[in-house]
Amino acid sequence: MRSAVLVFPGSNCDRDLAVALERVTGQAPEMVWHRETALPDGIDLIGVPGGFSYGDYLRSGAMAARSPIMTAVVEAASRGTPVLGICNGFQVLTEAGLLPGALMRNANLTFVCKDADLTVVNNQTLFTSGYEAGEAITIPVAHHDGNYQADAETLARLEGEGRVAFRYACTVNGSANDIAGIVNAGGNVLGMMPHPERAAEAAHGNEDGRRLFESLLGALQSA
Amino acid sequence: MKARVLVTLKSGVLDPQGKAIHHALEGLGFPGINDVRAGKLIELDLADGVEDSAIEEMCRKLLANTVIENFKIERLG
Repeated sequence: MRSAVLVFPGSNCDRDLAVALERVTGQAPEMVWHRETALPDGIDLIGVPGGFSYGDYLRSGAMAARSPIMTAVVEAASRGTPVLGICNGFQVLTEAGLLPGALMRNANLTFVCKDADLTVVNNQTLFTSGYEAGEAITIPVAHHDGNYQADAETLARLEGEGRVAFRYACTVNGSANDIAGIVNAGGNVLGMMPHPERAAEAAHGNEDGRRLFESLLGALQSA
Repeated sequence: MKARVLVTLKSGVLDPQGKAIHHALEGLGFPGINDVRAGKLIELDLADGVEDSAIEEMCRKLLANTVIENFKIERLG
């Protein structure tokens, strides 16, 4: 499985994501600089990492979403290539229009950094098939702008179409319906605020995130 | 030539910063504040001849997230 991890100035989780992908897939991802205009050939998965691209200036993810490589990412996503956006990556994907809604300042205005208890709402996606539906898992969060908001119609559509992948078990940041992660209509784009790459091996003290990468590997190998 | 872009949250969009400012003003004893909304001011120093339509495109493409924000352009002469 060949994966690509985008590299933006200011991001600090690109390497963590690359390490997690390499451990699970056995193959080191291609690191793709934001100024590139094309992805390497034969990429099976695009990772948009967490961590304050462009210092979160203007709005979280806004400038990264308009960087040259994102045109290629949007094209690949529309062809069905899986795209995984974590934390700032989720913000980038909403800003790029690949996912609906917006990530706003946390409702309590504080940076939240802790283990978050989540519920796997939909396990019928490329990213979540390794979990049980309704399973309680724990994945770390670390963000200032994780308050997912969308208009009532969009929220109803997300819920009705089973596009909420993960929900916080308790309120973490004020997100509408306690949404922690959503997929696009095609099911090939996932954005989530929690960091599965920080719960991907025994040394992290928690391997709940690892199964997300294993789910992807399984789905892509059988495809 | 300068232009100012005022970016504000659409009405109905939760504004935690506005709420915090509101709360702080009340804490200082100012009565009669119905609501507070916080926004952003972006000042552009532009070459002569940059059209309003170009500034509007800047707003739509980058400066405002039109999912949640409105923008207003002011020319400063």
